[in-house]
Amino acid sequence: MIEVDEVCKSFTVRRRSGRLRRSRTLVGAVDRISFTVAAGEFVGYLGPNGAGKSTTIKMLTGILTPTSGRVRVSGLDPSRQRTALARRIGVVFGQRTTLWWDLPLRDSLTLVRHLYRVERSTHQARLAELTELLELGAFLDTPVRQLSLGQRMRGDLAAALVHDPELLVLDEPTIGLDVISKATVRAFLTRLNTERGTTILLTTHDLGDVERLCRRVMVIDHGRLAYDGSLPRLRAALDADRILIVDLARAAPPIEVDGARVVRTDGPRQWLAIPPSGNAAAVVAAVAARHEVEDISLREPGIEDLITRLYGGGVPADR
Amino acid sequence: MRLYAWIAAYALRRYSTYRVAALSATFTNTIFGFMRAGVLIALWHARPSLGGYDVTDAVTFSFLTQALIEPVRIFGGSLDLTERIRTGDISIDLHRPVDLQGWWLADDLGRAGFALFSRGVPPLLGGALVFSLRWPSSPATWAAFAGSVLLAMLVSFGLRYLISLTVFWLHDDRGVNGISLITSMFFSGMIVPLVVFPGRLGTVAQLLPWAALIQMPADVFLGRRTDLLHVYAFQGGWAAVLLAAGRLLTMTARRRLVVNGG
Amino acid sequence: MVEAVRIYLLLAGTWMRSAAQYPASMVMLLATQAVATFLDAAAILIVFAHTPRLGGFSLPEVMFLYATSGISVAVADITLGTVERLGEHIRHGTLDTLLLRPVGPLLQIATEDFNPRRMGKLVPTAVMLVVSLRHLDLHWTLARAATLPLMLAGGVGIFWALWVLAAAWQFAVVDGKQAANSITYGGAYVTQYPLSIFGRDALRGLTWVLPLAFVNWEPALYVLGRPDPLGLPVFFRFASPLVAAVLAVLAALAWRTGLRHYQSTGS
Repeated sequence: MIEVDEVCKSFTVRRRSGRLRRSRTLVGAVDRISFTVAAGEFVGYLGPNGAGKSTTIKMLTGILTPTSGRVRVSGLDPSRQRTALARRIGVVFGQRTTLWWDLPLRDSLTLVRHLYRVERSTHQARLAELTELLELGAFLDTPVRQLSLGQRMRGDLAAALVHDPELLVLDEPTIGLDVISKATVRAFLTRLNTERGTTILLTTHDLGDVERLCRRVMVIDHGRLAYDGSLPRLRAALDADRILIVDLARAAPPIEVDGARVVRTDGPRQWLAIPPSGNAAAVVAAVAARHEVEDISLREPGIEDLITRLYGGGVPADR
Repeated sequence: MRLYAWIAAYALRRYSTYRVAALSATFTNTIFGFMRAGVLIALWHARPSLGGYDVTDAVTFSFLTQALIEPVRIFGGSLDLTERIRTGDISIDLHRPVDLQGWWLADDLGRAGFALFSRGVPPLLGGALVFSLRWPSSPATWAAFAGSVLLAMLVSFGLRYLISLTVFWLHDDRGVNGISLITSMFFSGMIVPLVVFPGRLGTVAQLLPWAALIQMPADVFLGRRTDLLHVYAFQGGWAAVLLAAGRLLTMTARRRLVVNGG
Repeated sequence: MVEAVRIYLLLAGTWMRSAAQYPASMVMLLATQAVATFLDAAAILIVFAHTPRLGGFSLPEVMFLYATSGISVAVADITLGTVERLGEHIRHGTLDTLLLRPVGPLLQIATEDFNPRRMGKLVPTAVMLVVSLRHLDLHWTLARAATLPLMLAGGVGIFWALWVLAAAWQFAVVDGKQAANSITYGGAYVTQYPLSIFGRDALRGLTWVLPLAFVNWEPALYVLGRPDPLGLPVFFRFASPLVAAVLAVLAALAWRTGLRHYQSTGS
């Protein structure tokens, strides 16, 4: 479904150097990435902001032309055959709606039907199905500007699927959604993938999305593919130490406590690593009993930590 | 007072970051200066001393108009204040220990200050490259012109502040903005100098606040009006009336906000 | 082509329904647009209050030029005017979402915010054309009558091309919208007047460099039965559609090049 072969993308950036002179510099966004996604897969595409996620997605959808390398999606060259490709894929950008703000959701979906030239009868059946699965019924005739974020996202998903695409590309589809909307969206995506066989590529910051949805995960960092593998392996890597951040009243030598070890100190602040099997509550109690503590916080390992670890370990810098 | 100076300085800095946009706009202002000059030259060819202007006055007037477009915002329109009213953020502003009108006036003067140089100078220089323009004959005239421009900025702000506040009642400012654009374009002398307006139309137009925006500073610049006391009284009078009306409307809006709970 | 028109009407219709949600605003905007157009004409009347002729042209003749230019601009603006918003779409990253649809981005931006206000300039200028024709006292021949629609069509074509060029320029300079106004709105402004009043050099420039003379000036010389101040061959009076076609090709090339080199913003 997707073939990416040795793809690079760099941007020309004009910078001021000196008073009048401007120099052009090439900034690499994606650096020799290769991967393939087979039909029917559900792939999570992760990475910190600015790692090259959006750039990759834009190359896959034909918005950007790769500087070098070869991209094929549904057998088409995205940047050359963008319009043809648009008829075969669906794309949802989580922070940008494509719906008509002042019109009822139903009107937007009808318009999309015309843009994609979907037969009326096919559309009616499809709309009924999407309405049921995404629970659109209650607000199908409400102007989009009055919808909640979760409702709008479901509407956008429906709009991206009106033409029954083979591939669905999602960029942060659950960002800012409440728990119930998230659950509806996730359940829907799982059914879409398993029952209809739609290939799904998902970028997200939400590890919950990945754990519940994706069987395969790719991680990009600094424009390079840092990890491509199964979810269990990712989970193993995820079972990393939790970090307890302790702010003491004053600077002190590294705290010695059972079940944790100090990995970094910075003045009165100390970072303690607690292994997955350890008891965080016991560590907190022990630290508080022996030291004057101003503040204490526990950080679960997130995607950013995971990526740092993939790159050779160590405790990530405090952010 | 220090606070307002800071607001103005901040606005000036903020606007000065949009250099490409300013450059691109001033380019078009200059081009339009040439086109308007072309039309006026043809008119003054037919009627050499029309309205007391000669051809040089008319040409200078064209470029001066283009130079003042942005400093006195001839195209009208509302302040960014409308956006805060529409989103309801205005209730926060009204509870600050800063005068709302004063805040926005300082902000607008900062904007106008940057516009005076970035948008005001190039059209005049461009015009001077091709035509011989009529420049103020003495430093005193320059000073008188500067005072007149400052008063024009106050009148312009007074008008636009009133327009912005109508959003409290109308909720959509596109309509009033359109009306303000038309009246301001026509009655400022932007399309045709007010000195050319015939009969009663001319008399009335010379008395409206829009005459204070371009026609008066231009007449001072060209040395056609040396009765500075009259000019300043006219401009200052309109500024005072408009600003006072703005104060009154602010108070009404505040009361309305308190009654309706925001 | 038929497909493009179908999509165009579909999108424009959708935006019209959207605009219908704010009827009061739309009526006000339509009215202000119409009044603004009349005020432009009032300016010409004021000029003629002082002189019977401007650059050798009478009031009905200048009104004829004003109206033909105004109709061309109005039709081009109604159908395509919003493409000048391209820079905003690039800045806000919304061009990306437009590129995801199986419809060209030019079509999508051109129909954006389609609303009745766009008609505001067309009606007054059409009225003025009728009025000026009644006062012109011309001897109508078939050739003259045929030149009128030809010049309007050529004018629309030229302004279409200028608007697309102005948009394509923003691919290169994102904040350059206002500079591009000097050819779109500037072109609309100069063609309201007899171009000869701007002097021979300007006239040459407006014929050979930026061919605004073909919007209405050249064909109007024929309709009004006047000699060409530059002494150009008769063929030039009827060249408007050809000039429009050449400009359209240039505009299409510029647009395509811009789109191909488009660098989307970060996220």
